Amino acid sequence: MSDRIYVGTRKGLFEIARRKGGWDIAAVSFLGDPVSAVLAEPDGTALAALDLGHFGAKLWRRERGGEWREMTAPAFPPKPEDTDDDPHPWSLGKIWIFERGGPEGRLWAGTMPGGLFRSDDGGESWTLNDALWRMPERRRWMGVAGGEQPGISSVLIDPQNSDDIRVGVSTAGVWASTDAGASWRIINEGMYNEYMPPEQRGDPLFQDIHRLAACPARPETIWCQHHNGVFRSEDRGHSWREVTAIRPAKFGFAVAAHPRDPQTAWFVPAIKDERRVAVDAKIVVARTRDGGESFEVLSRGLPQRHAYDLVWRHALAVDATGELLAFGSTTGGFWISEDGGDSWTTIEARLPPIAAVRFAGA
Amino acid sequence: MCRVSFTSALARFLEAPSATVAGATVAEALAEIFAQRPALRGYVLDDQGAVRRHVAVYVNGQPLRDRVRLSDPLAPDDEIYVFQALTGG
Repeated sequence: MSDRIYVGTRKGLFEIARRKGGWDIAAVSFLGDPVSAVLAEPDGTALAALDLGHFGAKLWRRERGGEWREMTAPAFPPKPEDTDDDPHPWSLGKIWIFERGGPEGRLWAGTMPGGLFRSDDGGESWTLNDALWRMPERRRWMGVAGGEQPGISSVLIDPQNSDDIRVGVSTAGVWASTDAGASWRIINEGMYNEYMPPEQRGDPLFQDIHRLAACPARPETIWCQHHNGVFRSEDRGHSWREVTAIRPAKFGFAVAAHPRDPQTAWFVPAIKDERRVAVDAKIVVARTRDGGESFEVLSRGLPQRHAYDLVWRHALAVDATGELLAFGSTTGGFWISEDGGDSWTTIEARLPPIAAVRFAGA
Repeated sequence: MCRVSFTSALARFLEAPSATVAGATVAEALAEIFAQRPALRGYVLDDQGAVRRHVAVYVNGQPLRDRVRLSDPLAPDDEIYVFQALTGG
C-alpha cells in the first residue's frame, strides 16, 4: 500500500504520511497558495501546479529529498493573427491534471483553457498538443460551470499502448488519439446532457465530462462522472451506457476505478445544480462491484450530520492495491479507507478546500 | 533611464528587485529586466505578452494605457510600478 498522499488545497500542498498509529501531516508546502494539481512519481519526484490569483499558473518540481524548484510552466505559442475569432485565450489559465504515460520521462498536463501539453523530460519543458488545440470544434468548447474557460479534466493513457489516449473535457466530451496525440477525434456516443436544448442533448461535443477513470488492468473499461449522471464504456470510450443504479444521487464530480477489477468503482454523489451539497447533509461514497448494476452506499466513519461538503473531480483517489482510498472535500475534510471503502477514518477535518488528492507513485 | 519597482508580494516566489533601465516604451523597459530575470516575465505577463489580468502597471502614478502591447512611451526619470490588482480571499 502507498504510505504517502499528496493533497492540493486552496492554501497549499499537504503531504499525509503513514506513521505508527495512523496517518498524519508530514509536510506543508506553498502555504497560502492554491495548488491545482499534483503528481508524485515512483522515483520520489513530485510536481505541483500553483494557480496564483495574480501571477498566473506556475509549475514546481521537487526531486526525492530535495527542495521545490520552479520550472518553466507550459505556455501557449504566439496567437496567429487569423485566430481573432477564437473565443478562448491562448494563455495558460490553470493546470488541472498531470498524468504520466509512455516513454520514460513523458508527462501530460490537462489545462484550462483546454490545452493539452506534453513533456518528454519529466516536466523540464512542455509543448502544446497542436493537433487537438487546432481542431475546428474547439471553438465550440464551453467553459466549466462557474468559470469562463473549458478545461481538460482527465487524460487516460493506455498502460499497454501509450499511443492510445483519451481526453475528457469539461465541457467538450471525450476525445481520442491512437497515434500518441498526432491526430484526434471526438468519440463519445450514448451520453446526454440534460441542460442543453433538446436537439443538442446527445451531441458528443456538448457532454460535460466531470471526470474519467479507466481500470488500469482493463483499460477498455472507462467510468465517467458526467454532469448529469454516471456512464460506463466497455470499448475505450466510443460508446457509453448510463449507470442508473447510482445512489443516493447521480450528480457528482469524482470517480475512481479499481486498479484490476473493471467491475468496481467509487463515486461521491451530491445534489446537483440547484444546491450542490451532500445529499441529506451526509457524506457517503457509492461503490459498485458489478459494473454499475448495483451500488452500496458507504458511510461508516464519514460525517452523517450537517455535512455540506462537495468532493471535486480530482479529490478522490485509490492506490494500486484497490484497498486504500482517500478523498478530500471543499470544506477541508480528508478521509482515508484501508478496506476498499467499507470504513473511513477522518484524518483532518479543517484543511483548506481540497482540489486534488494523489497517492505517491500513482 | 527609468526606475522599475515590483510589488513585494513577488518575494514569496522569486527575487524582483527594483532596477534602473533604458527603454523608449514600457515594453522595452520590462524586456530589459526580463532578459536578466526570465522567470519574472511569466509573473507579470501572460503567454501572449500582455499584462496579466490581475496585475497592475503604473507609470508615474497613472495606469498603463496599452496593457496588450505595453507601448506607452517613457520619458527619462519615469517611474514604473508593477503590483497586484487585489483579488481573492
